[in-house]
Amino acid sequence: MSDYALELLSISCTFHSKDDPGQRYTAVADTTLRVRAGEFVSVVGPTGCGKSTLLNVGAGLLEPSSGTIKVFGQPLAGVNARAGYMFQTEALMPWRSAIDNVMVGLQYRGVPEAQARDQAEAWLSRVGLSGFGDRYPHQLSGGMRKRVALAQTLVLDPDIILMDEPFSALDVQTRQLMENEVLALWSAKKKAVLFITHDLDEAIAMSDRVVVLSAGPATHPIGEFAIDLARPRDVAEVRTQPRFVELHTQIWEVLRDEVLKGYAQQLRKAA
Amino acid sequence: MPSLNERNARFWQLVLLAVILVGWHVASRNQQIAFFLGEPIQVAGRIWSWFLPFEVPPNLLFPDGLKGNADIYRHLGTTLLETVLAFGIGTVLGLACGLWLALAPTASLILDPYIKAANSMPRVILAPIFALWFGLGIWSKVALAVTLVFFIVFFNVYQGVREVSPVVLANAKMLGANQRQLLRTVYLPSATSWVFSSLHTSVGLAFVGAVVGEYLGSARGVGYLILQAEGTFDVNTVFAGIVVLTAFALLLDGLVGLIEKRLMKWQPRSGETEKL
Repeated sequence: MSDYALELLSISCTFHSKDDPGQRYTAVADTTLRVRAGEFVSVVGPTGCGKSTLLNVGAGLLEPSSGTIKVFGQPLAGVNARAGYMFQTEALMPWRSAIDNVMVGLQYRGVPEAQARDQAEAWLSRVGLSGFGDRYPHQLSGGMRKRVALAQTLVLDPDIILMDEPFSALDVQTRQLMENEVLALWSAKKKAVLFITHDLDEAIAMSDRVVVLSAGPATHPIGEFAIDLARPRDVAEVRTQPRFVELHTQIWEVLRDEVLKGYAQQLRKAA
Repeated sequence: MPSLNERNARFWQLVLLAVILVGWHVASRNQQIAFFLGEPIQVAGRIWSWFLPFEVPPNLLFPDGLKGNADIYRHLGTTLLETVLAFGIGTVLGLACGLWLALAPTASLILDPYIKAANSMPRVILAPIFALWFGLGIWSKVALAVTLVFFIVFFNVYQGVREVSPVVLANAKMLGANQRQLLRTVYLPSATSWVFSSLHTSVGLAFVGAVVGEYLGSARGVGYLILQAEGTFDVNTVFAGIVVLTAFALLLDGLVGLIEKRLMKWQPRSGETEKL
């Protein structure tokens, strides 16, 4: 039994265009990333650097060009059944009500209807949405939809939680609320979390470890920082601690050049 | 000037209908025009004797009186049966084939030119062949109408499945859905919104297929009635047939709309979206 929940070993991902096989784009190059069981790891990097690609590889949704993925020591084949995934964009089924969306994973697993409904009900109230079960996604606000998505993922009690900038579409207040809620849920269950974000504040406030990725193409880790802030944390209050500022400065030092590089590349692409 | 709200609009719609009917009536006072256009009062009389078993004695409007034959039900029933059968069979076939081809890229690649050819062929031409294959009973009409309905539903389902949000799909996979569950919980519901938009068109076309089939060779049905009347230059009966067909096409369309409203309540409609 390995003490790592998720290991991405020497992962490379090269995409080639369908129309012109000569055109290649290496999104991720020779990246190794390990997440221990119960550890909260954030990955930060400039926009468009291949963070989501890396997460999709960990989820088993995308097969890497080379490299291996191990889940609790076992090589991964197909979709990662021990992982839950929170997507950046809307992933709820618009034709199912909130409760039915939360239930759907349990239904896939063949949990009896009544039991699934009870569990889904419990999770909806845990994310503060009891009484909203019969609403359809379009009848909920963006923050509420994220809560439903969170309940949908966590009701299955996954050992690994993958999050792809889940709160990037939310306003600052809702976002801090959600971040605190996720931290509270995480500390109660101690799952392995791989959290992708471009927001350094968010990464430091929430994680045990922050991994900095270089700008694309051929993204790879260029720095790793242990976050030794005391838990439990409040994401809003922790930002005022001197240690937080110190860490922020250190990491930003590494990240800044990459952000500038990434920005320059985007400008070139647009030109 | 009062604003045009819905009740107002209904009033003006009725006014327009009345104007058309009166105009038609006045024009048909001329015997020559009446020969080609028919007379609205005679058309109404024809519909009366088709549907109602009550005789009307000779009066000012109908100098010969009206017979209460109530003899259209056999014909109307046949046409409606053909329409509903064709609509059902065509929709189910279209749904099944659309789902299959959208999810089996190899098959769709091979069949693509044949589907395009079958769709661009003027399918009414198939009526004589179907009459040969299935005889002059209802099944040749059903077959013709099925070919009309099938392609509309088929293409819409195909499109619908292709446009399933990749994120919703990936999410369902991460939640542990197998291929069958994906079909049932993601592809099918996502395709239904496309199917319903096509059902309004296809219910009308099912009617077209049935009536055209009857018109080309049959022993009963509203299309057959119209053909008979045309043979004796009975333009009033032709118009009466058209009116009856239109009314029932509207009825079927309304039914589809009702079912759609029930099944598609998850869809946001403008002005109805409720945020909290």
